[in-house]
Amino acid sequence: MDHLVMTSDPRRLLPSDAPVRLISPEGEPVPHETYRLPSGEALLAAYAAMTTARRVNDQASALVRQGRLAVYPSSHGQEACQVAAAQVLTDDDWLFPTYRDVAAMVARGLDPVEALVLLQGDWHCGHNPYERKVAPQTTPLATQLPHAVGVAHAARLKGEPTVVMALCGDGATSEGDFHEALNFAAVFQTPVVFFVQNNRYAISVPLARQTAAPSLAHKGVGYGIPGEQVDGNDLAALLAVLGTAVERARGGAGPQLVEAHTYRVQAHTNADDPTRYRDEAEVGAWVARDPLRRLGTFLENRALLTAEQAAALDKDADDVAAAMRAGLSKDAEPDPARLFAHVYQTPTPQLAEQAALVADEISRMVDG
Amino acid sequence: MNQPETLTMAQALTRALRDAMAEDESVVMFGEDVGPLGGVFRITDGLTAEFGDARCFDTPLAEAGIVGVAVGMAMNGMRPVVEMQFDAFAYPAFEQVVSHVAKMRNRTRGQVALPIVIRIPYAGGIGGVEHHSDSSEAYFAHTPGLHVVTPSTVADAYGLLRQAITSADPVIFFEPKKLYWSKEQAALGAGVPPIGTAAIRRDGTDATLIAYGPTVPLALEAADVAAQEGRSLQVVDLRSLVPFDDQTVCDAVRSTGRAVVVAEASGFASVSSEIVARVTDRCFHYLAAPIRRVTGFDIPYPPPKLERFHLPDVDRVLDAVDDLQWEDS
Repeated sequence: MDHLVMTSDPRRLLPSDAPVRLISPEGEPVPHETYRLPSGEALLAAYAAMTTARRVNDQASALVRQGRLAVYPSSHGQEACQVAAAQVLTDDDWLFPTYRDVAAMVARGLDPVEALVLLQGDWHCGHNPYERKVAPQTTPLATQLPHAVGVAHAARLKGEPTVVMALCGDGATSEGDFHEALNFAAVFQTPVVFFVQNNRYAISVPLARQTAAPSLAHKGVGYGIPGEQVDGNDLAALLAVLGTAVERARGGAGPQLVEAHTYRVQAHTNADDPTRYRDEAEVGAWVARDPLRRLGTFLENRALLTAEQAAALDKDADDVAAAMRAGLSKDAEPDPARLFAHVYQTPTPQLAEQAALVADEISRMVDG
Repeated sequence: MNQPETLTMAQALTRALRDAMAEDESVVMFGEDVGPLGGVFRITDGLTAEFGDARCFDTPLAEAGIVGVAVGMAMNGMRPVVEMQFDAFAYPAFEQVVSHVAKMRNRTRGQVALPIVIRIPYAGGIGGVEHHSDSSEAYFAHTPGLHVVTPSTVADAYGLLRQAITSADPVIFFEPKKLYWSKEQAALGAGVPPIGTAAIRRDGTDATLIAYGPTVPLALEAADVAAQEGRSLQVVDLRSLVPFDDQTVCDAVRSTGRAVVVAEASGFASVSSEIVARVTDRCFHYLAAPIRRVTGFDIPYPPPKLERFHLPDVDRVLDAVDDLQWEDS
């Protein structure tokens, strides 16, 4: 029977029975046997970033209504996840965002105007990925996850201490690339943290149609990856869990899988109508678990955040929003000639011909 | 420059990988069975032994993952060469190729280049069972952002693969399976024309045969037979489907006034139909007859016992040449 015996104990890979929580929805501390509350300083910095993240989300949604952005998939209500994903990384680590992770990119230091260029209607990602080590936002679900594994694998071959934070949502866990990326990462023990923001909906389709697994974090067991689940509206717990995952990956423990339980409070995008598939009571229950208010209450109760400080943070966020309005106030005017410039390092003769055709058309428009 | 030596196309490909890996340590080779086995066609033979498991390695059996990981490794300073085991087994990687490999440079305004080579053994003629003989070049040639090349000679197998590995753009490298064991005398490393240029393999004055990959030797054979019948056929080897060498191809067709395109892939919506369209556009007044095509039929690739009915052969090529309205000239 020996050959049938498990060679590796799966229990070490299992997530906690309940999502890790360090601050209750009412803003009270919750003791945890494994994870510790981050320092007051770290929490205040996180609160500041979350204040900005909320403003970025809501300003971007307003810009859609004003016709300044083509579309915006908001992470309103998921800002704790967005901020934590960025704040647990060093400058040399990489972040791989999806289309719903603009707030995480801003928390990583990107200019929101750059991060929104694509959604304004331009043809490129807006930022230089190497500057802050933020990959272009990826629209096809889960396809960025193997890229994250590749960046981490190359770093490991080069002896660099890079960790890669790879973001995806609950719907993406059904895609084949999610499976292939986790499997690859586990086999090669690459330093990637797969961070799933389970916001309960893939456009209209609820989690129950994505998986019958006990939790998404449990999926790690099948790959040999330790999984953990965390309250996705508790920034303290997210910093603790993701921070631990990043340090484990950096220390050579291989990939880590973290599932955050959160909720997409708003529509998928402005083109969506959530009243067709969920009721207001469900949304209301999640609004009551708002991550910003929760951490704010916790900090205020402990005198870690004064009314003056809170007002100053709001003012900072207002400035960011004003800069967004200014930066995105003009219509994007993409240059048609640029459409041919970066298809190859050197345009093929055929592309050069086509570019000349368009240039000629433009010159006639100007002349005429 | 190396001395001429006699070797197979498979050996030339192996040598290209070996020399590229020895010259540049950012070149890494990975895929299915490419490690100790050396690949099912032995193209990676000896690479793991020589360069170690970090430079030439087996992966999980997952083609989208292989190409997706190559994207990330290329983003982080490596030059990945990946092997898709067979033509039809590259299809799971199609989304990664089309949505990311082909578009990353454009999406990032040239800031992220992906110097990736995706090697695909392709086409038929080796008695393969289903899913082992597809000519899938049209899917990739249709996708902006990719270079698509295919060698027909031993010297090109070496030279084009070395060029593909140093290219700043991703290259789909189609290896004609049935030519793997074709032997030739070649001086590897001798200058071969760059990617994007076609080559005249045989001079001729009456008509031009346009071929690539596995149909180039066939076109040459047809030209031999035609010569015995008193007809002088020129043979153009495209070498590179993207970029396409309009200049060489059109100059050739203008010089003879007649052309036949020979390709294994199904003819409908294919590279061969693109060639006819663009050559006709550019050479219409030089043509004495419409350009003909000899291609595979529009059917799923047939089983080994029937593939000879599907593949272009000398008789079909010569029949097409005979159809080029000679009586009108």
